[in-house]
Amino acid sequence: MASNILEMRGISKEFPGVKALSDVELHVRDGEIHAICGENGAGKSTLMKVLSGVYPHGTYTGEIHYGGEEAKFGSINDSEEAGIVIIHQELALVPHLTVAENIFLGNETKGRLGLIDWNEANKRALDLMEQVGLHENPVTPVGQLGVGKQQLIEIAKALSKDVKLLILDEPTAALNDSDSEHLLGLLRTLKERGITSIMISHKLNEIEEIADRTTIIRDGESIETIDMSEPESTQDRIIRGMVGRDLEHRYPERIDHTIGEEIFRVENWTVHHPTQPDRVVVDGASFNVRAGEVVGIAGLMGAGRTELAMSIFGGTYGRGISGKVFKRGEEIKTRSVSEAIHHGIAYATEDRKKYGLNLIEDIRRNISAAALFKLTKSGFVNGNEELKVAEEYRSSMNIKTPSVLQLAGNLSGGNQQKVVLSKWMYTDADVLILDEPTRGIDVGAKYEIYTIVNKLAAQGKAVVIISSELPELMGTCDRIYTLAFGRITGCLDVAEATPESLMTLMTQERNAASREGADAEETH
Amino acid sequence: MTGIANVRELLTRNIRQSGIYIAFVAIIALFAILTDGTLLNPNNLTNIVLQYSYILILAIGMVIVIIGGHIDLSVGSVVALAGATAATMMIKQGQPWWVGVLSALAVGLLAGAWQGFWVAFVGIPAFITTLAGMLLFRGLTFRVLDNISLSPVPADYANIATGFQNGLLGGSGYDVFTLVIFAIAVAGYVFSEIRKRRAAIAYKQTVGATPLFITKLVIVAAVVMWFAWQLANYRGLPNVLIILAVLVIVYTVVTTRTVFGRHVYAIGGNLTAATLSGVKVKWVNFGIMLNMGLLAGVAGVVYSARSNGAQPSAGEMFELDAIAASFIGGAAVTGGVGRVTGAIVGGLIMAIMTNGMQLLGYEQSIQNIVKGLVLLLAVAFDVWNKRRAGAR
Repeated sequence: MASNILEMRGISKEFPGVKALSDVELHVRDGEIHAICGENGAGKSTLMKVLSGVYPHGTYTGEIHYGGEEAKFGSINDSEEAGIVIIHQELALVPHLTVAENIFLGNETKGRLGLIDWNEANKRALDLMEQVGLHENPVTPVGQLGVGKQQLIEIAKALSKDVKLLILDEPTAALNDSDSEHLLGLLRTLKERGITSIMISHKLNEIEEIADRTTIIRDGESIETIDMSEPESTQDRIIRGMVGRDLEHRYPERIDHTIGEEIFRVENWTVHHPTQPDRVVVDGASFNVRAGEVVGIAGLMGAGRTELAMSIFGGTYGRGISGKVFKRGEEIKTRSVSEAIHHGIAYATEDRKKYGLNLIEDIRRNISAAALFKLTKSGFVNGNEELKVAEEYRSSMNIKTPSVLQLAGNLSGGNQQKVVLSKWMYTDADVLILDEPTRGIDVGAKYEIYTIVNKLAAQGKAVVIISSELPELMGTCDRIYTLAFGRITGCLDVAEATPESLMTLMTQERNAASREGADAEETH
Repeated sequence: MTGIANVRELLTRNIRQSGIYIAFVAIIALFAILTDGTLLNPNNLTNIVLQYSYILILAIGMVIVIIGGHIDLSVGSVVALAGATAATMMIKQGQPWWVGVLSALAVGLLAGAWQGFWVAFVGIPAFITTLAGMLLFRGLTFRVLDNISLSPVPADYANIATGFQNGLLGGSGYDVFTLVIFAIAVAGYVFSEIRKRRAAIAYKQTVGATPLFITKLVIVAAVVMWFAWQLANYRGLPNVLIILAVLVIVYTVVTTRTVFGRHVYAIGGNLTAATLSGVKVKWVNFGIMLNMGLLAGVAGVVYSARSNGAQPSAGEMFELDAIAASFIGGAAVTGGVGRVTGAIVGGLIMAIMTNGMQLLGYEQSIQNIVKGLVLLLAVAFDVWNKRRAGAR
């Protein structure tokens, strides 16, 4: 077999307080397609950022050998010069510029007088587009093309830079089946031309189909590299590697644990993408939650978890939303956020800094923000009462701050999350949807959040936790729904759930999904 | 946590807010010295109030617009259109003064509703909507006035901006009524401050030390009563000052104590978080623009009353003064931060600088350069202060 084009040896990378990568080994052979697998937050993207120079040499420890020499990339330009091109999940194209302009953006070939010869550029663009199988006019604005074609433009752009090592981060996450097929075919063609690819993906059947070898990363460590040509290298094998950690005592005991009547039910919920109306983001999802029950929704990035929650919560995501919502057996409408709030539904967002809090406002006013109506008499807010409420939540939720007049932006992640939870508890919601409630907070604060969740359930409230961390769901939930590519693919009682069984359902694709999903609903 | 804060803590806790009051005092002192005290003469003080009242009225609306994360470039044109409509109703149609006032306010509300519609419901950025409005309403002003000035307005109307309350309670050489009104205002202020402090202590919040609190009350009371004495010694209480005081009190309450005010801060601070907290963002934005229109109508009445007629080019550049007042007064460029009282002090800083430089005989060009630099430095201070806070 050929020699290694890339060897990343003993790579460690620390952020303040977090060890993101620890002694990672990644060896990629010349001319192969190498897949990287791991849960969200395992460190895959960080590793690729180290490789491409986003985190420059010196900010990490370990060595990178590229093409037989040690590489010390100081910036993304350095790595591109060496022939390493990374294509991010969020495409970096300018929608209003043409295909050709995008392909040569930042890499314009100048003709006479330093001006760009667009005829020549369009001709070269056409040639590159031919190579990636894109049959479009090079002067078409990129925004008019679908995601699949945009992905091809990114690759054409990479080819224009004389790429030797192509890195694709979740390249097929946003693509439909035929576009994905085309892309995978293209990667094979590039392989025949001698271009090495690294592909980060959650789609295990694609990896099985196309990758020569797979490296599994878990919790910032490289677990193993599997040769995909060996017969035992199945999807199950990869899943075992991805989740293989045991549940420790990181979750508080549930004390009062009685599950009552159904409080909340969603039936046949379908949501379309806000700007691509024919793309289905959530497809016929149905689920229910009972009083005192904690229900998990497990799904990988891009599965439609947040989209499902936000579309239910006042239609704050998506278009063409259809389906029914029931509260205690009666159908309700949740067309606006205030309608949802008045029906006792709360949604704590995934990204609390961006979507959950007003960081330049104090804790007191953040807590009251969603339920000002409770403090209001004929249009006037009762400031003293508001302060009292804030103080009550400060002590009951153990928000660590010298004063509730402190700005929310000055709090730590865990305390910010407690403010968000206080805000929603104050709306008197009995259905609480918590989207990634412990993302980015430390272990101690996580334990506190889990305790709060248990307390809410003990009060007879219905709690839905959306998370990509399987141990977290298995440690806190009674039941776990799995969501894959917009569909609910199963529902497991926590007693029968294993990380492997969940991950299998979470990576299940369309055709198989509808079959098994139906089975799972029947058994429940 | 009960606690007593000392002077230093009080100053540094909110350096931006305290900074502006310090700057205000420093600027007054500077120009008082440079003009040998002329700045603080009774008749000059009265003049400053009369001359800048409409900017201050606009600044109240503008700071709310800016807190909401928008901007309004059209207020100068709306001032002109409101004044032109009022003058036409009274002079050409022979309507009484109060019809003039109502028609000006109606024009302001209509202009605000128009711009609110585009900003809130169609989603056009306020910068563009009001840039269009600036041209649109200016053009309409010219149409309404047939390109010529209209004057004079009825005496009752002019009285709104130029009249005084004087001699109602007698007094030889000074107006007792003015002094009584100001004394009541000071008593009200002291009472509400004491109540606030009691509540704060009851809710276990940090408060300033008692001697410090008393000193603050005494200083404020002394300054205000000195100002009243100056006014009483000249022509009494200007009507405009009454309008202004009512507006400041009403809008301070609106911004700090009503749901609408809260929602304005919420959408300016984090639009998505506000939306996801059930704030009806579109209606709040509509309300912000509608209110700005109404206040531009009020300013239109005051300005046309003061200039005793309507001119096609009235109110040009008013929007810039109002925007500058808001930013000097501590509003954040990104929205979500600002105070009505801050905008008023910001406007007064501009007013005193302009007036002081006029007294010193500086040319218009110098005045513009200085005002421009002050605006730039005020916002630079804000940015620097935020970065410092972020680095902590």
